[in-house]
Amino acid sequence: MKELVVISGKGGTGKTSVAASLAVLAGNSVIADCDVDAADMHLVLAPQIKEHHEFKSGHEAVIDIDKCTGCGVCLANCRFEAVSQHAKIDGARYFKIDPVACEGCGVCVRFCPVQAIDFPERLCGEWMVSETRCGPMVHAKLGVAAENSGKLVSTVRQKAKSIAEDGGYGIVIVDGPPGIGCPVIASLTGTSMALIVTEPTLSGEHDMQRVLSLAKHFRVPAAVCVNKWDLNPEMTASIEEKAKAAGAAVAGRIRYDRAVTQAQIQEKTVVETDAPSAEDIRSIWSYLNL
Amino acid sequence: MVIAVASGKGGTGKTTVSVNLAKAFGSAVQLLDCDVEEPNAHIFLNPSVSSEKVVNILVPEVDETRCDGCGECSRFCEYSAIVSFGSKPLVFPEMCHGCGGCARVCPKNAIHEVQKRIGVVKSSEAGNIVLIEGVLDVGVAMAPPLIRAVKSSLNKNLPAILDAPPGTSCPVIATLRDVDFVVLVTEPTPFGLNDLRLAVDMVRQLGIPFGVVINRSGAGDDRVHAYCYEEQIPLLMEIPDDRKIAEAYSRGSLIIEALPEYRGIFKGLINKISELKEQALSK
Ligand code: SF4
Ligand code: SF4
Repeated sequence: MKELVVISGKGGTGKTSVAASLAVLAGNSVIADCDVDAADMHLVLAPQIKEHHEFKSGHEAVIDIDKCTGCGVCLANCRFEAVSQHAKIDGARYFKIDPVACEGCGVCVRFCPVQAIDFPERLCGEWMVSETRCGPMVHAKLGVAAENSGKLVSTVRQKAKSIAEDGGYGIVIVDGPPGIGCPVIASLTGTSMALIVTEPTLSGEHDMQRVLSLAKHFRVPAAVCVNKWDLNPEMTASIEEKAKAAGAAVAGRIRYDRAVTQAQIQEKTVVETDAPSAEDIRSIWSYLNL
Repeated sequence: MVIAVASGKGGTGKTTVSVNLAKAFGSAVQLLDCDVEEPNAHIFLNPSVSSEKVVNILVPEVDETRCDGCGECSRFCEYSAIVSFGSKPLVFPEMCHGCGGCARVCPKNAIHEVQKRIGVVKSSEAGNIVLIEGVLDVGVAMAPPLIRAVKSSLNKNLPAILDAPPGTSCPVIATLRDVDFVVLVTEPTPFGLNDLRLAVDMVRQLGIPFGVVINRSGAGDDRVHAYCYEEQIPLLMEIPDDRKIAEAYSRGSLIIEALPEYRGIFKGLINKISELKEQALSK
């Protein structure tokens, strides 16, 4: 079983439109939307949700005001500036934890001299298993302001993989998150290949180089494609040079095409419309030869 | 005043808005690039870097001669960053949040903390702009401590614009903490609307006043406009879908320099934000 992850470094390069199109071209594959922070694939693949799961991860510290004696040990112990001091009506001081800033490390819980701090599990989001016209899809929704998107990414990928193994699917197509941080690392490690979708801008070039070194770091073979290449042909050529110099393959170019947005509005993938750039995506798919 | 520029997804023009807004300020302003995974503001400003500061977090190191393999550290760690299988524990620094707990719970005092580099904070100047940018080292997973380091370089006496990372998760929350106003940048497309909704949920939950900028206006449909109207979200500015803007961006030029006809709309954005902030304060 092969696992192709589509990433971009920089956001907004058209990564999701390409990934959704590849899922359609693959015919029957398992799709994993690992861009859990801003999942968009469902908007064009119209998944029928079959299973819902809660995603719980880590804990959060909550101070019981009635037990708090106002000693301030927690304030001194927290390295994440999550604890703040307040006054009760009678003037006595007490402490409160900002749930958004708390990283759930548990130091305050352990060292509170009167055990005034609870440590419940934290609900961080949900993940779903669905059916689409091009195969099963695993996708997720990270709760607002939730941590641990890396862990949710791993959950989605693992589920997609096991569906592929059990159902005898040959390919898993992963829509990865932008950036180079923990969720990207979680979606990249151990995949068969990374397709990097970039754009011919200075930012696109800069971010492609960072994401390429990440792929190299985790020893994942990489191929690059430049989307909207004709916006700046010289820049496209220079990006392709840099990609090759870094040991990546060049999978092809996709033209600037306003019909891509129109496809989105019609809730279709690009290759299901007569958008001119559909041809470019098809040739990338055959280049990848998965 | 501290203004953050954010968006539910990347590539909507967040950095474009940040740098042009900073330039349009005219007077001295700080621009903090908090998108430390992909810091791009410098590309549009060509500043000369004047200083660079390494940012470290503390991670544990185990002294084998003292450790008796009791496993208390590994039971304590919430992130499985220190793991012992009845033997000397292994540390996985990329998972460590640097809370310091393992060192404190070790009954043998066998753990001490050492500095581990996660990235740098660079400071530079370009005209009226003081640029402070965080650059995360490749292969490092923890952006929030670096973002906190960028923000701790902020001079409270000068206005500041924060270019936030995309999305709604921990790095964004670290950026938006304690800001006065949030500008959410989106595109008039179905993806744009979906991601805007998530971003709106987030800033509402954080209780920060905010407004929306529509980039590439005219390229898609009008569902984003309708959504803002229904939700009574102020529309701060619209940047038209103009190929000249895309080309200027691709070369790394500022819109207000390459296309002076747009200078006015960025000035207008500054005024609108100040008004809305005043209103929010008086409430
Ligand atoms: S659990 Fe850790 S991060 Fe949360 S408040 Fe306690 S010490 Fe701070
Ligand atoms: S410092 Fe905290 S996060 Fe790091 S290994 Fe120790 S207990 Fe785990």
